[in-house]
Amino acid sequence: MRRVAVLGCSLATLLLTSLCEGAEPDPHPGRYLAANCTGCHGTQGRSTGAIPAIAGLDRTVIVEAMRAFRSGDRPATVMHQHAKAYSEAQIELLADYFAAQKPL
Amino acid sequence: MDQSRRELMQAIGGALVASALPRAVRAGAGGIPARVVVIGGGFAGATAAKYLRLWGGGIRVTLIEPNAEFVSCPMSNRVLVGRTSIADLTHGYGDLVVRHGVRVVRDTANDIDAGNRSVTLASGKTLGYDHLVVAPGLDLDYSAIPGLVLESARGDILHAWKVGEQIISLRRQLEAMPDGGVFAITIPKAPYRCPPGPYERACQVAWYLRERKPKSKVLILDANEKVASKEALFRKAWADLYPRIVEYVPNSELVDVDVATRTAKLQFDDVKADVLNVIPPMKAAALAARAGLITANDKWCGVDFLTYESTVRKNIHVLGDAILAAPLMPKSAHMANQQAKVCAAAIIALVSGETVNPAPIINNTCYSFVTATEAMHIASVHAYDADQKQMLPIPGSGGLSAAPSEAEGRYAEGWAQNIWSDTLG
Repeated sequence: MRRVAVLGCSLATLLLTSLCEGAEPDPHPGRYLAANCTGCHGTQGRSTGAIPAIAGLDRTVIVEAMRAFRSGDRPATVMHQHAKAYSEAQIELLADYFAAQKPL
Repeated sequence: MDQSRRELMQAIGGALVASALPRAVRAGAGGIPARVVVIGGGFAGATAAKYLRLWGGGIRVTLIEPNAEFVSCPMSNRVLVGRTSIADLTHGYGDLVVRHGVRVVRDTANDIDAGNRSVTLASGKTLGYDHLVVAPGLDLDYSAIPGLVLESARGDILHAWKVGEQIISLRRQLEAMPDGGVFAITIPKAPYRCPPGPYERACQVAWYLRERKPKSKVLILDANEKVASKEALFRKAWADLYPRIVEYVPNSELVDVDVATRTAKLQFDDVKADVLNVIPPMKAAALAARAGLITANDKWCGVDFLTYESTVRKNIHVLGDAILAAPLMPKSAHMANQQAKVCAAAIIALVSGETVNPAPIINNTCYSFVTATEAMHIASVHAYDADQKQMLPIPGSGGLSAAPSEAEGRYAEGWAQNIWSDTLG
């Protein structure tokens, strides 16, 4: 009987893991900071319109884009104004978060 | 089912429940899941409800909202140029229920008992809470405009500043206006909901008149001493695009209206219009006053910007247009959505016994259309200043469009899609 219970628990863990993947992945330090971006880029970065989707982009792509927006090397309508608000460490947190999200 | 199978299923069920409920849940009194009631399903309240569930695991979230559906104020000026409809602006609360497990109750919150931590609904039901989020929106305040105090006396003087039928009626008034007529719009003293909104409306009306009735005028009667948002960009748009149509008159506070003749009475002048659109002063919705949440100018609710908890009522958090905003923090949908996420994170930390984020950052991005297709923006990013206990703009960040463009018009529409989805989807 004890073995059955143990089996039950590990099954439950498996089930939970798959359930959680459908929703928000495990808690992430960048999650609350990333919520800044989602009004325009969609929840978890899954934009559906003209604004680029950023869910699942390569981490380096995000970091380099933000640096280029910040320095002015990459022209933008609005992103240069937002990017200047974030430190290098914050940009890396944001990049880690969005790189880990599943695209639509 | 035999004994061992049943025990297996129970073991799985028990494990599921125990592990699926993160810290937040177990922190409720006696291990009962924390209960959060959210009053108001606008941008602030709906976002808070969604994110409390998305991030807070098993927190029990009940959203009280009298309307069956959400209707967006942002983009509603586009009804005037035929580029959107109320149907496009309308979104259901279904995803909050199905995808996020929010309990949505179609009812009106009548009273809040802060001592007993309960909310009484119009239906007579009472709901208990551990934390209450009040996102009641605004009331239009006609008390300083004698001719419009009684709703029944307002005739065809529309505000169209709360979404719904009025924006459609305003479009009809515009269609019925003779070429050579005057469309007058009055703007209250700041702060009011959506600082650039009235000026955007003036642009949309001017675009319509330029296309259809080019001998007509748009008269902007502004109680403020200058354009309250995107001043240089709006001034340039009126001068470049609508030079013979738009006339801007600052320091024009409305003191009364003669409804029968559609006359706006200013301090030193009377202005008769063919269409008179009065955007009245505003204050936090009446529930905020009944709950003792008003702290400033008899109008607004003071909050702690780390948690959005009321400065005068424990465990009651206030969001959106009803709060006493920090300097340069507009009453906008975008801000409401941002505040709600900071508040949701803080409530989750509070019920879990964790540390509330001491350095939240929020931003605002607000698009305004100047023609049927071209838009421009203002953006700002605000960080918590521990000394001033305020959200202050981060130096070097934020700014305005260089000029309106069709590209920004497309971004404005993309912004709307995504913020509706981030709030409700």
